[in-house]
Amino acid sequence: MRLLLSLPFIGLLWVPFYNRELPSLWGFPFFYWYQFAWVPLTSLLIWIVFRDGLKKGEE
Amino acid sequence: MGAGINWTALAVFVFFFVLVTVMGFWASRWMAGPSHKGAHLDEWGLGGRNFGAWITWFLVGGDFYTAYTVIAVPALVYAVGAYGFFALPYTILVYPIVFLIMPKLWHAAHKAGHVTAADVVYGRYQSRPLEFAIALTGVVATMPYIALQLIGMEVVIRALGLSGELPLLAAFVILALYTYSAGLRAPALIAFVKDLMIYIVVLVAVVVVPAKLGGYGAVFDSARDVFANKGGATGLTLKPAQFLPFATLALGSAMAAFMYPHTLTGIFAAKDANTIRKNAVFLPAYTVLLGLIALLGFMAYAAGVKVQTNNDVVPALFNGLFPSWFAGFAFAAIAIGALVPAAVMSIGASNLFTRNFWKPYVNPNISNEGEAKVAKVVSLVVKLGALVFILFLPTQFALDLQLLGGVWILQTFPALVFGLFVGWFGARALLTGWAFGIVYGSWLAFADGIKPVHTFTLGGDRYSMYTGLIALAVNIVVAVLANLVLGKGSRPALRSA
Repeated sequence: MRLLLSLPFIGLLWVPFYNRELPSLWGFPFFYWYQFAWVPLTSLLIWIVFRDGLKKGEE
Repeated sequence: MGAGINWTALAVFVFFFVLVTVMGFWASRWMAGPSHKGAHLDEWGLGGRNFGAWITWFLVGGDFYTAYTVIAVPALVYAVGAYGFFALPYTILVYPIVFLIMPKLWHAAHKAGHVTAADVVYGRYQSRPLEFAIALTGVVATMPYIALQLIGMEVVIRALGLSGELPLLAAFVILALYTYSAGLRAPALIAFVKDLMIYIVVLVAVVVVPAKLGGYGAVFDSARDVFANKGGATGLTLKPAQFLPFATLALGSAMAAFMYPHTLTGIFAAKDANTIRKNAVFLPAYTVLLGLIALLGFMAYAAGVKVQTNNDVVPALFNGLFPSWFAGFAFAAIAIGALVPAAVMSIGASNLFTRNFWKPYVNPNISNEGEAKVAKVVSLVVKLGALVFILFLPTQFALDLQLLGGVWILQTFPALVFGLFVGWFGARALLTGWAFGIVYGSWLAFADGIKPVHTFTLGGDRYSMYTGLIALAVNIVVAVLANLVLGKGSRPALRSA
């Protein structure tokens, strides 16, 4: 479960992958909206791991 | 920026400043409740360790995303484009790290009544030298950070048309007095106002400004044109040589962020570990805000803003595009946004001084009440030091020291964090690693002329990386070697955290 938390690191530190302008979204070049998209995505991943921990009765 | 005073903006500014001042003094009674224990460092320095998810969200958000961020991140984006955006991955990656590490640290601190990071380290390793190293790093790294907040405040005061150092001095005395009387409760309460104001300002700005300038497409287009003309390492996307610096700055800054005394103070003041976990889920809301604030740097191009120093970009944009009253509101938000972190930073530094310098070396038998008293006085001294810094030394000096501070604070990571997960390291090895990291990191930074990234040449290819992260790697390697050579020494058993 905790491995989910490595996804933002892979997604954001692999810079060549997102260092381009297209496809753009609402005028935002890809470089920008891709990084913005990781904000809610990271929140969601942390929440999933958090909920999983609660179920297992983590202190 | 005109020389005249903008009276409407100034009136709005003063109104909000007075409002938070009243709140700051009133805060000493807020959240005191039945658990109020009277004079005790826990009360002054950690707000009674009773902050739930909401207050912690505002407090940590308020002291992590500082006024200087609001000024400096758009300034950097304005100057170099995509590269300045490393702040976005940095403030995303920090939360998985907070989620995994900080609840464990909170447990370690809560059980033993620790107030500072150095307390936790001493609690685990029983080593005064290691404790001293961690506390010293914390205090030294925090001082220039407080000075930066004052720079942020100075920039908006200047944008209001006020000149001279008197307004800054006045704002500063007020800050010092209510922090003295109310402790951590003051910034926690003021953070509510500050954050609401900043959210309003940014949401209005990111809707209204592009609407006036022809949409985000037009904003990015005009920035692209300017960077194309300017050339060099600027642009809407990164140059290949910037990939590694961008990624390592983001990662290194994320690892360093919660090693600072002010962010840790917010963590230790939480009432339980799940408060921290919930905050790791919801704090990224501020990151969206930060990303939008960064875009103000591009909007300045579309609006045709011209400034003498990059730090004036945001105030100039507000002065140019908004009515005076809203500009005043925005500047008040930024100035108050400087008060919250400056207060928490001075409290964090005072806690360190009291617990890890004063108590062990000056007065080991100090009472709880005495600790609170010492910390309050030190908080005044710390802020006075930062003020002297700003008034008498060139601004560049504070910026350089802040940069070095980042490299230094990152070197406390192994001592503070490794023990939470593995019991293998001993105090002497960690101290040796810390010393190598600090010396090597400082040496690299000085050799490069105080730049955040260092360039290696490997087989003809050049690689640039964040200096702090390089020093951390040296730190860890030396700690591992030292542990093998010196043995574990008086390593205490790994405690269940």
